[in-house]
Amino acid sequence: MFRNQYDTDVTTWSPAGRLFQVEYAMEAVKQGSAAIGLRSKTHIVLGCVNKANSELSSHQKKIFKVDDHIGVAIAGLTADGRVLSRYMRNECINYSFTYESPLPVGRLVVQLADKAQVCTQRSWKRPYGVGLLVAGLDESGAHLYYNCPSGNYFEYQAFAIGSRSQAAKTYLERRFENFADSSWDDLVKDALMAIRETLQGETLKSSICTVAVVGVGEPFHILDQETVQQMIDAFEVVGEQEGSAAEPDAAAGQEAAAEQGAAAADQGGSTDECVAPMDI
Amino acid sequence: MTKQQANWSPYDNNGGSCVAIAGADYCVIAADTRMSTGYNILTREYSKICKLADKCVMASSGFQADVKALQKQLAARHLIYQHQHNKQMSCPAMAQLLSNTLYYKRFFPYYSFNVLGGLDNEGKGCVFTYDAVGSYEKVGYSSQGSGSTLIMPFLDNQLKSPSPLLLPVQDAVTPLVEAEAVDLVKTVFASASERDIYTGDKLEIVVINADGIRREYMELRKD
Repeated sequence: MFRNQYDTDVTTWSPAGRLFQVEYAMEAVKQGSAAIGLRSKTHIVLGCVNKANSELSSHQKKIFKVDDHIGVAIAGLTADGRVLSRYMRNECINYSFTYESPLPVGRLVVQLADKAQVCTQRSWKRPYGVGLLVAGLDESGAHLYYNCPSGNYFEYQAFAIGSRSQAAKTYLERRFENFADSSWDDLVKDALMAIRETLQGETLKSSICTVAVVGVGEPFHILDQETVQQMIDAFEVVGEQEGSAAEPDAAAGQEAAAEQGAAAADQGGSTDECVAPMDI
Repeated sequence: MTKQQANWSPYDNNGGSCVAIAGADYCVIAADTRMSTGYNILTREYSKICKLADKCVMASSGFQADVKALQKQLAARHLIYQHQHNKQMSCPAMAQLLSNTLYYKRFFPYYSFNVLGGLDNEGKGCVFTYDAVGSYEKVGYSSQGSGSTLIMPFLDNQLKSPSPLLLPVQDAVTPLVEAEAVDLVKTVFASASERDIYTGDKLEIVVINADGIRREYMELRKD
């Protein structure tokens, strides 16, 4: 995209019928580090790559709990993402207060999309520079939505956003038909493998990724580093200490995961980073 | 021409009594389960006790519609706190929040007489007692509600050392062990049920300690 005379204001159309500022906002999403989501009939898994600015700093928080049944992963301007998460949390709390029941996910994403649309039609505002993967469970089942800065939203079986997300999307496209009936373990493993695709060769460690799950009978929660590392070790061909070449095979993976109790919890010990202290 | 009085009141009193006793490493909160209006009983099995946070429980007597609204408010505010601070509210923090919430409606109060009980950040028991507009105090024990006039003097007599009536102000925690405190609560409600018509049916006792929260019930007089 090149600069042109129609891209200064969000309220200026181009002759081709485009709003460049909105499209530039979508570019901001592509610059953020990757976030992926996938769902089965009963569970949704969100994953993201954590990149810290430097070794000295903590990494950005990209996955937020919105309510017991909804969580969101963001890519792009994380500050915008934080503000939208706060909005989503408020909406969920207010709905629960009034109706004594959880806010249906479909309603929340529409409200979010309408909020984003407002910023595309006011000259004194700018579009939110963040893409949101909203994962939620309600009476009609498990849902995964993607909310754009443009105000559009789509429902997905699996999706990836952010930098190098195309690699993850290719992986997910190959595998998505199996997701609907996947077990919890398989779903998380697929998420981790999708994350690995975006790393372009870098070793997948639990310290550089975050995984969160929400499902039937399981409120939204972020998996702790140990659990994630164990799942990684279960399928990593280039294992760290696990000499046994655990192929990305469902059976072997489940077996190894089941042996978590036996195998020492601190074997994948490169979890040197503490959880970011600025955890808002 | 005498001043015209209101012939409708937004309030009603559903009766009942609440008690809370704090110990060195536990807290006992109890309330009867009778809900009444006037001389009638609405139900014999209504819980006046609400868990606000992991280690913080509130018992409220008075107008139960206001109590319910108050509980919902506090629950919502607690959720916001958890989102912002990534942890549960401590009992002293919740105590301040309750006070502020009550005073917020200073000119159309929640008709709710509360006792808050739980463990503070160090695991010590704490009890806070309130009036309807948010005036509160940390104490070793307290009672509120229709039976409080019968219960409070007895508690003062039995738990003299942490009594707020003594000077110098002592550490607000009773020397009793958990089992003794539960027993005392049962005795106290059995006595109150004898003379207070609004207290009776069943006693709900909630005990908070390091192991978590446990609930116990005891039958009371049904008349």
